[in-house]
Amino acid sequence: MKEHAVLVVGATSSIVRAIAVQMAQQGASLHLAARDAQEVERIAQDLSIRYQVPVSWSLVEACEYELHADLVQKAQTSMGHLDGVVIGLGELGDQQQAQVDFTHAQRIIHSNYTGVASILTHAANHLEQQGRGFIIAISSVAGDRGRQSNYVYGSAKGALSLFLQGLRNRLAKSGVHVLTVKPGFVNTKMTFGKPGLFLVADPEDVATAVLKAWRQQKNIVYTPWFWWGIMTIIRSIPEGIFKKMNL
Amino acid sequence: MSQPGLPTLDASLCGWGRYPVIQGTVQRPEKASSFAKLIENDPGETLLAQGSARSYGDAAINSKGYTILTERMNRMLSFDEQTGRLRAEAGVTMQEVLETFVPRGWFPAVTPGTKYITLGGAVAFDVHGKNHHQDGAFSRHLHSLKILLASGDIVDCSAQHNPDLFWATVGGMGLTGIIQEVEFSLRRIETAYINSISIKAQNLYEAVSLFDKYESQYQYSVAWIDCLASGKHLGRSLMSFGNHASLEQLSPGRRVKPLQITHKKRVKIPFDFPAQLLNRYTMGCFNQAYFARQRAQEVQSVVDYDTFFYPLDFLQAWNRLYGKRGFVQYQCVFPLETSQSALVQMLQLCSQAGRGSFLAVLKRLGPQEGWLSFPMEGYTLALDMPVQPGLWKFLDRLDRLTIEFGGRVYLAKDARLGSDAFRAMYRDYPKWLAVKSRVDPDNRFTSNLAQRLQIEPVHERVGV
Repeated sequence: MKEHAVLVVGATSSIVRAIAVQMAQQGASLHLAARDAQEVERIAQDLSIRYQVPVSWSLVEACEYELHADLVQKAQTSMGHLDGVVIGLGELGDQQQAQVDFTHAQRIIHSNYTGVASILTHAANHLEQQGRGFIIAISSVAGDRGRQSNYVYGSAKGALSLFLQGLRNRLAKSGVHVLTVKPGFVNTKMTFGKPGLFLVADPEDVATAVLKAWRQQKNIVYTPWFWWGIMTIIRSIPEGIFKKMNL
Repeated sequence: MSQPGLPTLDASLCGWGRYPVIQGTVQRPEKASSFAKLIENDPGETLLAQGSARSYGDAAINSKGYTILTERMNRMLSFDEQTGRLRAEAGVTMQEVLETFVPRGWFPAVTPGTKYITLGGAVAFDVHGKNHHQDGAFSRHLHSLKILLASGDIVDCSAQHNPDLFWATVGGMGLTGIIQEVEFSLRRIETAYINSISIKAQNLYEAVSLFDKYESQYQYSVAWIDCLASGKHLGRSLMSFGNHASLEQLSPGRRVKPLQITHKKRVKIPFDFPAQLLNRYTMGCFNQAYFARQRAQEVQSVVDYDTFFYPLDFLQAWNRLYGKRGFVQYQCVFPLETSQSALVQMLQLCSQAGRGSFLAVLKRLGPQEGWLSFPMEGYTLALDMPVQPGLWKFLDRLDRLTIEFGGRVYLAKDARLGSDAFRAMYRDYPKWLAVKSRVDPDNRFTSNLAQRLQIEPVHERVGV
């Protein structure tokens, strides 16, 4: 990890922050980007105090597409070079509201998918050109199958997973590693207080699994690992039966 | 208009002693922006911050409103390499401070006997360590605080700026507001080791005279006391003194990396021990063995800071040793003038009643800091006791003794003190209450401890 320069987008999310922590711990330089200035600044200060690595930051909005090329440029300038991108953007939103209010649905789709696709387009071109690097993107198990309880969010994450799959296919030729992360339930503000949640993992454990998968050059990682099994079962249920279930 | 609040979670809550256990509702802010809205989000609800819930009783739980978990508000915000001043969010733990700064040659100026506390907790209880007789409590090394008040404002305070709020918050058990940021000093160290001596004292008089003798020579001092011993052995102790070791005091092997230590693997207590396991006979045997373990009168050694300061931390969930019903720690302090006679009477009571403790601790303290800060110039005794029939009556007797001798009990450990006894012990409470009434007139910040001790703002009638 030493001498790696990484752009971390969505740095204020607990999963992405935990990944940034472990990268800083291993000596990486970071450029953090998020929407909330106060918050991203605090995290940048924390990382640079604890791990004594260079940490810079800037603001990013998922839907301000015209500024995304700038972001990649800024990261490169402030760190001197760019070896990889960690990106985890988007909000869960409210499925009920998204069903009756398309503006809300649109916001979920844009923040989880379109915005990420836009940033990754610029980042991918840069990494492809330099002929090495990596992309670690946080998708979700929710993108593996559409379910009535969260299909708007799920569709955005599903689209992201497909985008990453295609990107991996394209960038493999230039030595750029694309890792799709599919977390199950993680102990974050997204899940806090939600009733009936089981098998909840801590962001730190998710980060450890992500870094391990990254070192092993994995393509897709479910975290915690047993979600691979759960999703395999959920995906294999015939649609005729699935549509009658309450998931 | 109020914003939709943070998600809530209903949970069983308790302190380290696992008595009492209450049903409460928790919230967990993760961002400064959601922290700032805690007040306006839920007008009318009461709040209480909880750090890592290492206080023993009911000081960090609130069954009447929300208990606010500060664990994710744990960012370090600035550090001055010249002066060792650290500004951090209140949810940062002492363990994180140690892991970050010991390898760079800095050590917290004051640390209690566990490193799993948060900085917010260190302020709210104005914690003391083995160096209180020399260096005072945590508050003496505190430069400033940022606090979320009942008004919804986040304000700065220090001994110079807003001093009333500062001194009411230090030791104020979270009842003046929610601490957001803490700025305090670390001290320079050459090594991560402590040069220590361990001395046997055959009775209380010997122990006290050893404290007197070594008080100026050693920065850290503490005694493990056998509270079941009686007669001429009453108060026999194993005393431990120490100073930060210099580079020359280390063995050549350790000198290579003087600021690195190898952390011991933590052992986890896997289940609740049966409460009957702890009785006067098993404790008597344990104490006998513990005291006899050290053969020589005096043993000198250089130990790493973890071993010296946090001997119990390597036993994960050691509170399970006391069984399902939990335990309380009775920690009291007596003024210097009355200490000896008070301690003799208290130890006699314990030894007669057979209510001992594995971990009885005796320690010399220096003068008081905040209005509700526990320390006072004198001696403090701490006894761990499992919750058993007859315990409350016994502790009431200890309370009467404590008050009679002008002492007080430590609220961070307390789960059962009465409100009158509290007022008799904390003489500066009216001064504290005046500030509480001013900054939190509607009692937005309360805890089960505060409710038990009937701590609430008073309203003076002004005009018509």
